[in-house]
Amino acid sequence: MTTLTDPTGAPEASSEERTGDARARGPLGPRARKSTSLRRAVLAEKIAPYTFLLPWLIGFFVITLGPMLYSLYLSFTDFSMLSAPEWVGFDNYIKLFTNDPKYLDAVRVTVVYVLVSVPLQLAFALAVAMVLNRGLRGLSLYRSVYYLPSLIGASVAVAVLWRQMFGSNGLINQILDWFGIEGMSWIGNPETALGTLVILNVWTFGSPMVIFLAALRQVPQYLYEAAAVDGISRWGSFRHITLPMLSPIVLFNLILQMIGAFQAFTPAFVVSGGTGGPVNSTLFYTLYLYQRGFTGFQMGYASAMAWILFVVIALVTAVNFWFSKYWVHYDD
Amino acid sequence: MTIDTKFDQSTVAMTVGTKRSAARSTFKHALLIAVGLVMLYPLIWMLGASFKDSEHIFSEVSPIPNPFILDNYVRGWNGAGVGFGTFMINSTIVALLSVIGNLVACTLAAYAFARMQFPGKKIFFACMMGMLMLPHHVLLIPQYVLFANIGWVNTFLPLVVPKFLAVDAFFVFLMVQFLRGIPTELDQAAKIDGAGPWKTFFYVILPLLKPALATSAIFTFIWTWNDFLTPMIYLQDPRNYTVPLGLNSFLDASGDSAWGAMFAMAVISLGPLFGFFLVGQKYLVQGIATTGLKG
Repeated sequence: MTTLTDPTGAPEASSEERTGDARARGPLGPRARKSTSLRRAVLAEKIAPYTFLLPWLIGFFVITLGPMLYSLYLSFTDFSMLSAPEWVGFDNYIKLFTNDPKYLDAVRVTVVYVLVSVPLQLAFALAVAMVLNRGLRGLSLYRSVYYLPSLIGASVAVAVLWRQMFGSNGLINQILDWFGIEGMSWIGNPETALGTLVILNVWTFGSPMVIFLAALRQVPQYLYEAAAVDGISRWGSFRHITLPMLSPIVLFNLILQMIGAFQAFTPAFVVSGGTGGPVNSTLFYTLYLYQRGFTGFQMGYASAMAWILFVVIALVTAVNFWFSKYWVHYDD
Repeated sequence: MTIDTKFDQSTVAMTVGTKRSAARSTFKHALLIAVGLVMLYPLIWMLGASFKDSEHIFSEVSPIPNPFILDNYVRGWNGAGVGFGTFMINSTIVALLSVIGNLVACTLAAYAFARMQFPGKKIFFACMMGMLMLPHHVLLIPQYVLFANIGWVNTFLPLVVPKFLAVDAFFVFLMVQFLRGIPTELDQAAKIDGAGPWKTFFYVILPLLKPALATSAIFTFIWTWNDFLTPMIYLQDPRNYTVPLGLNSFLDASGDSAWGAMFAMAVISLGPLFGFFLVGQKYLVQGIATTGLKG
């Protein structure tokens, strides 16, 4: 990763050596004046990177790292913003797991959502990418059409549409009616409400698909040619060439989409009208966090929830990496 | 002899193969078109429904409005108290300022990371990559406390100022990746000609960064235009609402009764996204292909 940046390092290192020289000779007399201007130039050069980085540094320390630590502190307090935070130790964490059934509902809903919707979405993305590969005509048009939902999938507009479509008189039931199937309110039924959100996530398979497409183009063609010569079936070459060659990208998409799915918010909020209902069946983790933090103003409690989410996402990412050695194939 | 027969067999196999592959590609196209239609149908239907009266919305699977009415757009635009035009203007302001902020701050940071050597670079770069993974929700509450204390609640500042501080690590990463593809000889040539880092940045690097800038601009616009949670937390006065908040408040106010007007405004809210999508799809596809951004 850093190899490409190294060449820039070389001249800079040599200029530092020069400074060293100049400094050493500085007090000797005639060279003194020269060395101050040189020193100033070198100083400017040393400061320059930080001037470029200044906005990022402020952003990192003031509104990222600082708030993160503050949030960790808040998670051990009782805080409503009206008075100072009051230290309560591990109370928030203990209460979450032992005395808050709604929290456990939120955890269950989110885990089911992540575990069902992400694999489905990726399977769909890979399947369509496989069909689209191989110099098909109109590839860019198909790619655009399939990609479009990814751009708008998290919008309120689409969530509004979903709410109508899966409602009791919605589009889906009108279509089912043709086949003589009597529909129901898919978003009003606790058994099916989460399913409508899973469908929404699968609908946005376009962005992993585009990544798969780019990766498929990197698979060397001669591998397939060799397989064809050896009389290996299409399924065989998919199983033994495409999948192994693509596995790093599958892992990458898996991690990315899981992180995204853990944080899904808008569709559940809009479809359930902010309640996470019916019967907590669409109570996404982040939705419950919002309810606790910003409608109940239990900022300490919500901070504890946020930190648990953070740790879980980090763990899931780490576990994915750890397991990957059993199924991800790296070329080198 | 054996070589000849083999050759014959393979040519035969080839002609059969092309016929089979023609049939296969027709089948593929049929499949792809069918899938595409199923995917886009809800959107097409919503567009049609926005021109229907509510009775027809709930009884027609066909997207073609008959009779064709514009009433939904009129009712929706004047909407719940504050007009939808205000929401559109607010969203435009927030989105454009966010685009400017991200372009300026993320480009500068990326240039430092990709092209300069300085103490602490490795650690800071690791921190930047860590920010890619950090769930936004961890920062939600402490940032709210911070911005509330300096009186920024109910202004656009909490939505816009962070963009000028390069907290969208995705774009820093995207531009670092892009810069790595630009030969460093160019920088060195500029340096030999006496250009300092700022001159090199403005006259050598920036012109070459155009595709990455376009990708970042389009993604930033789309994400901020769609963003719902952050504006919902900070904007309380309906006159400051962005489009997603306006749509949601409309839904709250009218419940399930005013679908026509709601669809009309949903269509309008998606308009700019479609526009950017059509203009910038090349950059979008490049962007996700190089960094794997979630769209």
